[in-house]
Amino acid sequence: MDNDMKRSIILDNYSNARNRGIPDNSDDYIMINSNNQSCIDNINIYVKLKDGVIEDIKYEGEACVIAISSTSIISSMLIGKTLKEANELLGNYFNMIEEKEYDKELLGEANVYEDMYKQPSRKTCATLFARGITNLLKGKE
Amino acid sequence: MNREDFTILKDSNMVYFDNGATTLKPDCVRDAVIDYYNKYTASIHRGDYKNSLKVSAMYDDTREIIRKFINANHPSEIIFTAGTTDSLNDIVFGYFRHHLVKGDEILITETEHASNVLPWFILAKEIGVVVKYISLNDNNELTIDNLRNAITDKTKVVSIAHITNVIGDVRDIKEIAKECHSHNILLVVDAAQSIAHIKVDVTDMDIDFMAFSGHKIYGPTGIGVLYGKFNLLKELTPVAYGGGMNAIFNKDGYVEYKDLPDKLEAGTPNIEGVLGLGKSILYVDKIGIDKINKYETELRKYLVDKLSELDFITMYNKDNEAAIITFNIDNVFSQDAAIYLDKYNICVRAGNHCAKMTKDVFNVANTVRISLSFYNTKEEIDLLVNVLKNSKNIWEEIL
Ligand SMILES: Cc1ncc(COP(=O)(O)O)c(C=O)c1O
Repeated sequence: MDNDMKRSIILDNYSNARNRGIPDNSDDYIMINSNNQSCIDNINIYVKLKDGVIEDIKYEGEACVIAISSTSIISSMLIGKTLKEANELLGNYFNMIEEKEYDKELLGEANVYEDMYKQPSRKTCATLFARGITNLLKGKE
Repeated sequence: MNREDFTILKDSNMVYFDNGATTLKPDCVRDAVIDYYNKYTASIHRGDYKNSLKVSAMYDDTREIIRKFINANHPSEIIFTAGTTDSLNDIVFGYFRHHLVKGDEILITETEHASNVLPWFILAKEIGVVVKYISLNDNNELTIDNLRNAITDKTKVVSIAHITNVIGDVRDIKEIAKECHSHNILLVVDAAQSIAHIKVDVTDMDIDFMAFSGHKIYGPTGIGVLYGKFNLLKELTPVAYGGGMNAIFNKDGYVEYKDLPDKLEAGTPNIEGVLGLGKSILYVDKIGIDKINKYETELRKYLVDKLSELDFITMYNKDNEAAIITFNIDNVFSQDAAIYLDKYNICVRAGNHCAKMTKDVFNVANTVRISLSFYNTKEEIDLLVNVLKNSKNIWEEIL
């Protein structure tokens, strides 16, 4: 993917962030807050689980372009996945951000952040959602 | 003005607009710190050799420099601390913890910095005092009428910033003090944002306790001042105990403390900080605080006029006074805006500026803040405006 392509995917997911909003029937969702202590990104993540599958994800908050777009992209990828699949995807995502080995195929659109390791200060932005939902899913399998 | 006094401005094309966070240091302050190490290194009030005596004298002289600058009555009313936060904690936990009782009320505002909020919250938990808020007017300012309306028979303390760090409103401390004292209320002033920008005269304003930080007035970090009227400071129980503050003690646990100011400065102090601070105060005094205020006010007006011409910028405190402007580029998160400006070496602050309650006042949690100093120029503002005009390209630049 070239830079223009990456940029337009990121911007599209920022301006028209998918799955954004607070769920109407929030009782059906588990909520977790994710924030970056070193900056100001701050979102609440809502996840609806059923029979080991992620049925829906919502989120709301204030965060930068990297944090919001990555939340939009990854949340879209996780909806419909089993917990096992979700954790595998998230694990690969963290590996990519940390410049470790990862399965490129599995990450689809999230590959737009493949160079994020070059900007250490923005790694926390790119993992705002991934860290939050990983914590939320812990022990649910 | 006076840009030539700052090596950091000579050696780079940096535009420094984050003076509310910390100020740059003139060479004379740097030299004062280095001289202490190169020429004198010694502790104070402990040695009988020349360097120690010399440093002790310089340390004591600095107290007098500060006394004069804020027009306190006596040098013993000046206590060196680690900064505003440290001073405010001393005031709350050293004085008010021992002088307030359950049900007593403390008045603050929603635009205070965390360091003038959290200590009061903790005191409320510990001894049951109640923290209340004075409401602000439409311009987010504190009026005497609103203060009067917030005062009850239980109000014992009003604790407020002289200038707030997000709105930049300047409070009329003298009038506020009059109102407080007519109800037997003590006034605590957080002068962190005002000390370098407007005249602070603790006697004329009749301030009971005050705090400020050296690093916001062109001095070193890690040094600050706690001011208190002598009779109040005398009643401030030390928060730290150790060397330098005790007169005698024995193994049975008997202790006698030294008099002010030593009693409140336990341990070997931040000597380089004190000496650097003394130099920075002399430096500011030499330029003249009124001259600084006049120039910064003019610069602020220029900035506001220029930003007003940009229809994609929302300013939140156009009509306030101090040289602090908070704004957002429409549809751009403040941190992204700051990263974009940094590409052009323009340093601004993004976020909630440690005044997290302010989001309820502005209805927006995060903003970009520009805080000016006398070394900023109209040319720098023109550059900023040009970069903002090109911010259509922000995503090409930061992604
Ligand atoms: C209004 C106000 N009060 C208090 C502080 C705290 O100062 P320091 O961090 O130097 O203790 C600041 C600095 O950010 C401030 O702007």
